[in-house]
Amino acid sequence: MKKEIGISAMLIVLCVAVAILNPLFLSVTNLQNTARLVGMFGIFSIGVGVVIITGGIDLSVGSLFALFGVLLSFMLMSWGWSWPLAVAAILLTAVAIGVFHGFLVTKMNLQSFIVTLCGLLFYRGLARYIAEDQTLGFGYCTGFETLHRLTTGQFLGVPMPFVLLIIISFIMWVVLHRSVYGRYLFAVGRNEEAARFSGINTSLVIASSYVVSALMAGIGAILLAFYTNSISPSSHGNFYELYAIAAAVLGGCSLRGGEGSVIGIVIGAALLQVLQNLVNLLGIPSSLNFAVMGTVILIGVIADQILGRRKLKS
Amino acid sequence: MISEKPLLEMQGIDKSFPGVKALDKVDLTVYPGEVVALIGENGAGKSTLMNVLGGVVEPDSGTIKIEGQSVVIKNVSDAIKLGIGFIHQELNILDNLSIAGNIFLGREPTRLGPLRIINRRRMWAQTAPYLQELGLNLPASTLLSQMSIAHQQMVEVAKSLSLNARLLIMDEPTSSLTLSETKRLFDVIRQLRSNGVSIIYISHRLAEVKECADRVVGLRDGVNVGSLELEKITHDNMVRLMIGRKVEEFFVSPRAKGGDKFFSVSGLSTSRYPHHKISFEASRGEILGFAGLVGAGRTEMAHAIFGVEATKGGLVSISGEKLQIRCAGDAIENGIYLVPEDRRKCGLITEMTFRENITLPDLNRYAVLGLIKRSRETVISEKQCEKLKIKLTSVETLVKNLSGGNQQKVVLAKWLSLKPKVIIFDEPTRGIDIGSKAEIYHLMRNLADEGVVIVMISSDMEEILGVSDRVAVMHEGKITGILTQGNFDEEAVMRLAVGQKDWTGNKNN
Repeated sequence: MKKEIGISAMLIVLCVAVAILNPLFLSVTNLQNTARLVGMFGIFSIGVGVVIITGGIDLSVGSLFALFGVLLSFMLMSWGWSWPLAVAAILLTAVAIGVFHGFLVTKMNLQSFIVTLCGLLFYRGLARYIAEDQTLGFGYCTGFETLHRLTTGQFLGVPMPFVLLIIISFIMWVVLHRSVYGRYLFAVGRNEEAARFSGINTSLVIASSYVVSALMAGIGAILLAFYTNSISPSSHGNFYELYAIAAAVLGGCSLRGGEGSVIGIVIGAALLQVLQNLVNLLGIPSSLNFAVMGTVILIGVIADQILGRRKLKS
Repeated sequence: MISEKPLLEMQGIDKSFPGVKALDKVDLTVYPGEVVALIGENGAGKSTLMNVLGGVVEPDSGTIKIEGQSVVIKNVSDAIKLGIGFIHQELNILDNLSIAGNIFLGREPTRLGPLRIINRRRMWAQTAPYLQELGLNLPASTLLSQMSIAHQQMVEVAKSLSLNARLLIMDEPTSSLTLSETKRLFDVIRQLRSNGVSIIYISHRLAEVKECADRVVGLRDGVNVGSLELEKITHDNMVRLMIGRKVEEFFVSPRAKGGDKFFSVSGLSTSRYPHHKISFEASRGEILGFAGLVGAGRTEMAHAIFGVEATKGGLVSISGEKLQIRCAGDAIENGIYLVPEDRRKCGLITEMTFRENITLPDLNRYAVLGLIKRSRETVISEKQCEKLKIKLTSVETLVKNLSGGNQQKVVLAKWLSLKPKVIIFDEPTRGIDIGSKAEIYHLMRNLADEGVVIVMISSDMEEILGVSDRVAVMHEGKITGILTQGNFDEEAVMRLAVGQKDWTGNKNN
């Protein structure tokens, strides 16, 4: 709980600071756009966070955005599938990919870093090959306006991705912090051996986390594809896995596993987006984007370490 | 051989850990070229005393003199500078390096000036004499990963010698050696002694102590309880020194007479000893002890029964019903529980709370539609806490903040919140203070009286003899004999443990 309070404070301070330096931050358009981005990044960050809680890592999500974006465009534009079918197909593919990752990690005993690094390379390559490196899009979304509205529209002025994030994070909060499955996730992340000795099917628990992550990436991919409406397979979603990992770590997940919370991850994702926004609004050269983000994450982690050490001493 | 001037004098060494007085004004004197055996039960303070000497822990008070000079040993490198070498039970080696690489770690001879390229030839040449002295016929470039544990141990000895050690501490050096390797180690010890090196030898194996020690010093509950000169070193004297009370005092006789052969294991073979089969039966109300040397395959057997380690065939049944155990979940469902040897690694999730640990094996019982009802968990946790007299500020305490004895009781509380039929205890009192030990023995006996089959694996001879109703002895993956109360003693158990078939001349089974 302490960590969530810390990072919330950081977020609020940052928002206030940006708002003072540039009142445009509080304009409806800017807030809506930021919320839209927070929604998208928050959703797949939760997925990656679940994997991190079990002590693993998922590097493949960024490339999955490209692959799913390309596939979605093909299904809707070229093959003329109905949109519910296309969405279902994407989500099912995501689940299958998650199962595959989980299988490799638990049954083949491969390190998750390696498995998902290979995924990062493979899915990106596959996306580029399928699209023949052409930029794809959805044109005017003729025939699937509903899907377009569901992904990019608003509900009572709140952008749909943010609405979805609220729904998903509530569900995931219950799953992670109140359900038997959630307790197993944390137990496995803390001490896999002891969890196994307590009768938990640790392989199944770990494997399932990759399914959750891939599924969240699937949902995120659909939102992102419609948000950009332009999928260039070589750059679409590049580095997004790192945003997710950064959000999870900022939000209190330990890469050693067993620690973290949904609220923390969501606030971490929000913090990263506000930072992006800050770079834009304060006229900082956008080339410094990553540098700013890296610095802030580092400061956050160092602060946490120092405070943690002080707590141990007292 | 023994000169009048002592090499080492430790005086009035005091050391307390939270909740335990580990050492209480302990004195210890060692003369040059003397082999002093330090004996005592687990937790008597032997390791702490040696850790003080080796610079691993700092004493609260007391003085240490080397050759009459007062010295301060603040860390391991201080100890090394004073010529104290420490061969730990768990060897301190890097098995991806060669013999020479290990011996010269951190002080490698270099060449090409500031480039500091390791001069391997010189390193090898300087290593060779030590290997020769210890009779280790291997090139200095041999990787440690390719060597037996006995040879790895010799490398540690060589390292100490290369650091000009005058005093070697050996903590349970034979615990993972075979008999012939043990013999070889004794030859080395004798040779070192004749070269004037003093040795402090820690062991539970009294026969070995008898064979190699010049003098025996006993520790009990952190107090030096006296020493035995060479001619007084007999088995009986040592046991008396160590335990200071009769063995029988542990033992609480069973209330129910067993004999129903409720739990049976037949033809079980583990992946460590795939060619040996283990079969035994145990009855409700009895405590079946499993004795044997380290590496006899007892833990593997327990893991196989509990389903956490793959078996190479075998059958486990409860009251005649054959069980399919493929994972720990299957065993737990059938009422077979394991209190594992390494409780911090396998028994507990130390970063979680008492409550979360207690409910972990049967979490669904506390949940409705997959959602945990915390109030139910709290009720059970508080009940278990009270029942086992676990000292906690609240059930939300993290398990890592508890003492060893209390942690062991948490493992037990976890299983007792379910319906045990068989509980396997693997080294139940290792690293636990005397008071909690007695409590755990009583808990085991009470469980047995309630009709639970207790299987107790222990390397602590007094525990095996004092707590078990019957003792099964294992040697290299086989049960070499099962002794019943009244005709087991330390000697019979030891004979079987080292693989002798003929454990008795006149007694019959």
